[in-house]
Amino acid sequence: MSGHSTFDPKNPALKWFEARLPILGLAHSSFVAYPTPKNLNYWWTFGAILSMMLGVQIITGIVLVMHYTPHVDMAFNSVEHIMRDVNYGWLIRYMHANGASMFFIAVYVHIFRGVYYGSYKDPREVLWILGVVIFLLMMATGFMGYVLPWGQMSLWGAIVITNLFSAIPFVGEAVTTWLWGGFAVDNPTLNRFFSLHYLLPFMIAGVVGLHVWALHVSGQNNPTGVEVKSSSDTVPFTPYATVKDAFGMVCFLIFFAWFLFYVPNYLGHADNYIPANPLSTPAHIVPEWYFLPFYAILRAIPDKLGGVIAMFAAIVVLFFLPWLDTSKVRSARYRPLYRQFFWVLLAVCLGLGYIGAMPPEGWYIVIGRLLTAYYFLHFLVILPLLGFIEKPLPLPASITEAVLAKNGAAKPAVGA
Amino acid sequence: MSAKTRPMTSVSALLKAAVIAVATFAVTAPALAAGPAHTPHREDWSWSGPFGHFDRGQLQRGFKVYREVCASCHGIKLVAFRNLMEDGGPEFSEGQIRLLASEYQVQDGPDESGEMFDRPGRLSDRFPSPFPNEQAARAAQGGAYPPDLSLIAKARTYTRGFWLSLLDLVTQYQEHGADYLHAVLVGYGQPVPADAHAQPGLHYNPYFPGGWIAMPNPLSDGQVEYTDGTPATVDQYSRDVTAFLAWTAEPHLEARKQLGFVVFIFLFVFAGLLYFTKKKVWSNVAH
Repeated sequence: MSGHSTFDPKNPALKWFEARLPILGLAHSSFVAYPTPKNLNYWWTFGAILSMMLGVQIITGIVLVMHYTPHVDMAFNSVEHIMRDVNYGWLIRYMHANGASMFFIAVYVHIFRGVYYGSYKDPREVLWILGVVIFLLMMATGFMGYVLPWGQMSLWGAIVITNLFSAIPFVGEAVTTWLWGGFAVDNPTLNRFFSLHYLLPFMIAGVVGLHVWALHVSGQNNPTGVEVKSSSDTVPFTPYATVKDAFGMVCFLIFFAWFLFYVPNYLGHADNYIPANPLSTPAHIVPEWYFLPFYAILRAIPDKLGGVIAMFAAIVVLFFLPWLDTSKVRSARYRPLYRQFFWVLLAVCLGLGYIGAMPPEGWYIVIGRLLTAYYFLHFLVILPLLGFIEKPLPLPASITEAVLAKNGAAKPAVGA
Repeated sequence: MSAKTRPMTSVSALLKAAVIAVATFAVTAPALAAGPAHTPHREDWSWSGPFGHFDRGQLQRGFKVYREVCASCHGIKLVAFRNLMEDGGPEFSEGQIRLLASEYQVQDGPDESGEMFDRPGRLSDRFPSPFPNEQAARAAQGGAYPPDLSLIAKARTYTRGFWLSLLDLVTQYQEHGADYLHAVLVGYGQPVPADAHAQPGLHYNPYFPGGWIAMPNPLSDGQVEYTDGTPATVDQYSRDVTAFLAWTAEPHLEARKQLGFVVFIFLFVFAGLLYFTKKKVWSNVAH
């Protein structure tokens, strides 16, 4: 049975409790009875994967804090203390460091899935905006977390990124000094980054709560982009989505374990195993891989303030995506032109990531600028126009009809 | 109808052109990005790969090379004496390490009269560094600073370009730092190119970034006595001390790879069970 929560505990103690705080009913209607479209593919398991990764990061992070010392003279060695002396400290620390990357891999898949299937469109605009807020909080958390081991790339990454704020007219210098808690990136900076790095994941957890709430109000989108019309379009969350999500999560854990156990430093920088030294600048200051596309956009603009504005605009534009996309059709399956522009956008984002990792010289600059221009062109020009130019393919009348068409009309669906 | 298909084909063509451009660029880019230094040769190390483990004899020989050659200038301050007898490392006997530690003088204190004092090292002490601070090291080394070697095998690397880096993820090639260390240690004595400007007090080594290194050639054949029949050559010394430094940088490497294998078996079995459970649960629903 799908439909509304019909949680009716038989146990008298549970009955008593439910009458006073209906939290079990809430959990039941959210994760058991919740109707989920029956045609969701595996790209939809990344929501569960992201919840798992948030949990992994918070749990490993809390354990790391038990052994870490946020002080410029001791931070680096305290991380090595974790790696060497703490029982399974190497496991916890590599889990946390690689977990951050896995979190971003999953969130990028999740975002591009939403972009492909038009999950941001009416009535899911607030759901999407909350997602962009989570993404921003993740970026802030990831950046500050990378500073904590206080290696060379920690320090110099922090210097480069915090210096961006000095580009703000008139108050830039004052803002930067305020952020640093002094006149350079130093112990006060490390301490406040540590404090905020511990705070932000709980803010993420809070916004994730709102994100899930908004999701459960509007219901999930699905690969057809056609809204749920009747109960035959859905299955109850448990056991259908639960077991599918569990399988997706374990597959993702296999991917995670490859990095964790066999190439734990692949996504890091060798320079971060050198203690921070304000007197020695690394040859190439490169941020973590998940910031590289934005780093490329920052460097594409020859003016410092312009670069900072472009970088933030690249994220801000995502907030307006539900209104920039003028097409009434959600899923790219039924949008022949948009589907191609989607893959171009994906290629451009990957290209920006590649440019972000390269030194800003020669052709890298030219290509970085072209890709940056295209990124904004996609959102600000192509997407709004496409809704008027494109002739979408005929939509199925319902999810059930789409499923029947896929499975062949000769073979009628059993059950459902 | 033709108005509809034309933009489609042009977008496809654009996409194809973009993919080809990016691919061509990515292939040629590493050549542009490569610096002046020679690329280290990729060696075959015992601890590489999913079942990699250290060779105890090699780690013990490597420690001997470190102690008799490197230790006069380079510290390993993150390593404790006790680490040398722990599982996954050189696994010296406790007696050997107690004796070794007692040969070092470690500063302790203050004592009852408020004075710092030196005492013989204990198992729990970390290796004392050869210089009290960076300034003292630079003063003794003509301005150069010999870095601490505890993490050097993870703190050095070389670039392999975009596609080879992707391949490294699949083949689990992680030993860039070790290959670099070995290349530098055996990279002395090569002819100086005509266009390289000799720098006073520096030594030519094409594997060192920039080509000029402050450290003179530290190794020579027969310099360290090996008692297990291993050839006493510069190449062998270099491999042994590199192995030792790979262990100091990642002392739990063996435990990590062993646990990883167990976790993989568990996850694959678990994933298989979930897959068939999922199939069963969904078998009565068209989807």
